[in-house]
Amino acid sequence: MFTETLLTWTARIISGVSVRWVDSQPDTCQRVYFANHTSHLDVVLVWSALPADVRHLTRPIAAKDYWEGGSIRRHLAKVFNAMLIDRKEIKVHQSPVDMMLREIGKTHSLILFPEGGRSPGEEVGEFKSGLYYLGKKRPDLELIPVYINNMNRILPRGEFLPVPLLSSLTFGPPIWLEAGEPKIDFLARARDAVLSLKEN
Amino acid sequence: MRDWALLGTVLALLSLATLGGQWLKRQTSMGLDGKAVDAFNSRIQAWWFFSIVLGISFFHPILTVVLFGMLAFWALREYITLTPTTMGDHRALFWVFFLFTPAQFVLVGFNMYSLYSVLIPVYAFLFIAARAAISGDYHRFLERIAKIQFGLFVCVYCLSFVPALLFLECQSTEGDESASARLLFFFITMVLFSELAQFLCSRLFGKHLITETIDESRTWEGVVGGAAATALLGSLLFWATPFKYLWQVATMSILISMMSSAGALTMAAIRKDRGEVRSGTLIEGHGGVLSRIDAICFAAPVFYHLTLVFFGRAAG
Repeated sequence: MFTETLLTWTARIISGVSVRWVDSQPDTCQRVYFANHTSHLDVVLVWSALPADVRHLTRPIAAKDYWEGGSIRRHLAKVFNAMLIDRKEIKVHQSPVDMMLREIGKTHSLILFPEGGRSPGEEVGEFKSGLYYLGKKRPDLELIPVYINNMNRILPRGEFLPVPLLSSLTFGPPIWLEAGEPKIDFLARARDAVLSLKEN
Repeated sequence: MRDWALLGTVLALLSLATLGGQWLKRQTSMGLDGKAVDAFNSRIQAWWFFSIVLGISFFHPILTVVLFGMLAFWALREYITLTPTTMGDHRALFWVFFLFTPAQFVLVGFNMYSLYSVLIPVYAFLFIAARAAISGDYHRFLERIAKIQFGLFVCVYCLSFVPALLFLECQSTEGDESASARLLFFFITMVLFSELAQFLCSRLFGKHLITETIDESRTWEGVVGGAAATALLGSLLFWATPFKYLWQVATMSILISMMSSAGALTMAAIRKDRGEVRSGTLIEGHGGVLSRIDAICFAAPVFYHLTLVFFGRAAG
């Protein structure tokens, strides 16, 4: 509880974040928040931007190899209630998507970065297919696009010292996988949904 | 006694301005530009804020230094957010935010004039250039370091001279403990009043725009009228200042007013330039802290320095 408060406030102060909801509202219904990824702080940022009741039901997806490196990171991952995914050992019989769905059950929401890794600059990379399979297996989940602006300047890739600039987070209206929509089309549409929040 | 009189005068002026601003807001028939009235009212709000902060300085100078330090930090944050920087600037920026900005205000708090007057223009400026060079990114090198240097200079160095006034001792007021708090209060009042006076004069008599590309409402008539009105108010507040003669107060007031206009215009140019490139949600509204302190930033170091040279304790 103490670490959580400390973390949310530290994240807010360092990132000077202003949070906006465009055509959607914070809600405890089951959702997948998917965002562009430019900084180590992204996970903490999106997670702390949610109101406490929503936050407690929301689990960020994070890379196992990074968040299990060192006791501090391990502790933090526990505080976020992060779901650690092994990037190296993705096999057919234990696909990450199945694991995610099993873990969230009928109550939790997810925070996901569908680019897979952090992109170097302001660009948003191609989305990996996880989001598509989530939508396919659980069509009832609301998929909420999130655009993170300026975090790549606050704590860029490969840096550990932050520069306290101002950033913004924009939550957009939910999208769903259309019936029979091809994977490539859907992933492109999801990426556009994130990018369109940039101009807002 | 003089402290309370000054405080009372400022509060009376502020209340008058607030009432005026609210009255203007209701006058829909006069064909006034709603945006201009809002700008007027947000200036009055800033003035209230500063007056309350400065009220504190009569009791606790260090608290005032800390508050201005936080203000500078936030202003620099807005400035760098607006200004494009590259990965090569990252480490230099880290030290700018976490070393030079706090150090400047700590030195001001200890009244170490000989150090804080050169910390940024000598040490920080050289450091920024060298650190950016070490990063190996030489693209647009001069532009990049100039942007960071200017931001640090305006938001931190210039602003730090406002709380520095609290430690400035003058010949004529030796032994009077609250004289420097009055000096600071006088300075802020002059800057904010000159902004309002200039705005009103521009509305009433303005014909010749200074430059329409940057500011569509700032006129030469406004600048001259604002300076005249500020000189008048300064003369009326003569008894609160360390200046000996009426003409000295009037000259200083005109100077403050001129520097305020120059500051507001310069920062408007920067905002205009950046606003066209990055119209975003990063800084909500019109620039927040940065646009509220632009006039103060330009006037503070000049006012401090001239007061020190001509009226300071060491002056002959």
